[in-house]
Amino acid sequence: MKVVKIIAIVLLVAFVGIQFMPTTRNQSDSVPSTDFMLVNNVPENIQKKLQVSCYDCHSNNTQYPWYNQVQPVAWFLEDHIKEGKAELNFNEWDSLSNRRKKSKLRSIIKQIESDEMPLYSYTLIHKDASFSEAEKQELIRWIEQLKDSI
Amino acid sequence: MSKLKSTLGIVAIAFITLTAMSCKDNKNEQNNADGNHSEMSADEDHSKMNHDNSDEHHDGDKKEMAMSGDGNSQAVLKDYFNLKNALVADDNAKAKELGAILATSLGKLDISKYTDAQQSDLKDIVEDAVEHAEHIAESDIAHQREHFKILSKDVTDMVAITGTEMKIYEQFCPMYDNNKGGAWLSMNEEIRNPYFGDKMLKCGKVQREIN
Repeated sequence: MKVVKIIAIVLLVAFVGIQFMPTTRNQSDSVPSTDFMLVNNVPENIQKKLQVSCYDCHSNNTQYPWYNQVQPVAWFLEDHIKEGKAELNFNEWDSLSNRRKKSKLRSIIKQIESDEMPLYSYTLIHKDASFSEAEKQELIRWIEQLKDSI
Repeated sequence: MSKLKSTLGIVAIAFITLTAMSCKDNKNEQNNADGNHSEMSADEDHSKMNHDNSDEHHDGDKKEMAMSGDGNSQAVLKDYFNLKNALVADDNAKAKELGAILATSLGKLDISKYTDAQQSDLKDIVEDAVEHAEHIAESDIAHQREHFKILSKDVTDMVAITGTEMKIYEQFCPMYDNNKGGAWLSMNEEIRNPYFGDKMLKCGKVQREIN
């Protein structure tokens, strides 16, 4: 009994303690001129979909819900965002060569087609981030078009 | 007395936990401070590791295939063909290894002897190809084949600039990728399909001979 109590107290202290550990937040006020939306003529509904479903991890600006400010969730999220941005950063779209743009678009299509993106762990919480079958098709069709125009 | 002891115990354990946590955090902070930089250096380390690895392989292959060494397009082609053969053999682990090796030899491609326009094209090609090769180094086989399709286009475009010492066949399987098709390069005229492997080993045809 006493041991359980001690462990509980230790965990509580540690939990409170880690809340004070800083994480770098992925937030930026300005959108660079290389942003995907600025250099491409993106229809409004597609824009909205990309913003809601992709930009949290694939841009320099994440819309954080409250629980993502709680550790250790924030660390978990930080890693995801870092990885996501390394793979694809919509804010830096125009700094890619045409060849790489095409490659990225192809990968985006594959990821959406196979339901690998948006991540399940993400849509689980962000219900509005998941795609309906129709939305998926619409998005893929538009991205195909963009790819062929490059 | 015993209360004091247990309180001390709690404080000690909490202290240790926090220290451990803050270690992780320090690391994080460092990563963040360096941003992409640290990621790049991690990648560099990684490629250095592969680099050593690949040198071993190169040595072995050199004797075997009597081809020219690092830094030229023949080295890239050789590693590309090895990767292709691993995919033909449905060998996911081998393809991972060879993807990393190809990424390294692509990175070492010496483009200085080409014209400015060619250099800029080659730079684009290499940048793209390295990314696909790196993905191949860490993916399941279906993904490897997806990346291999685009990688093959990159390597084909590279050959269009650099030329090739040996005869190469561009081959094409119309069924891959939901019947959109997929092309690849081979040293042999005979079809060995890297997109389907054993499932459809001989599906495809020679599209073009490149000398």
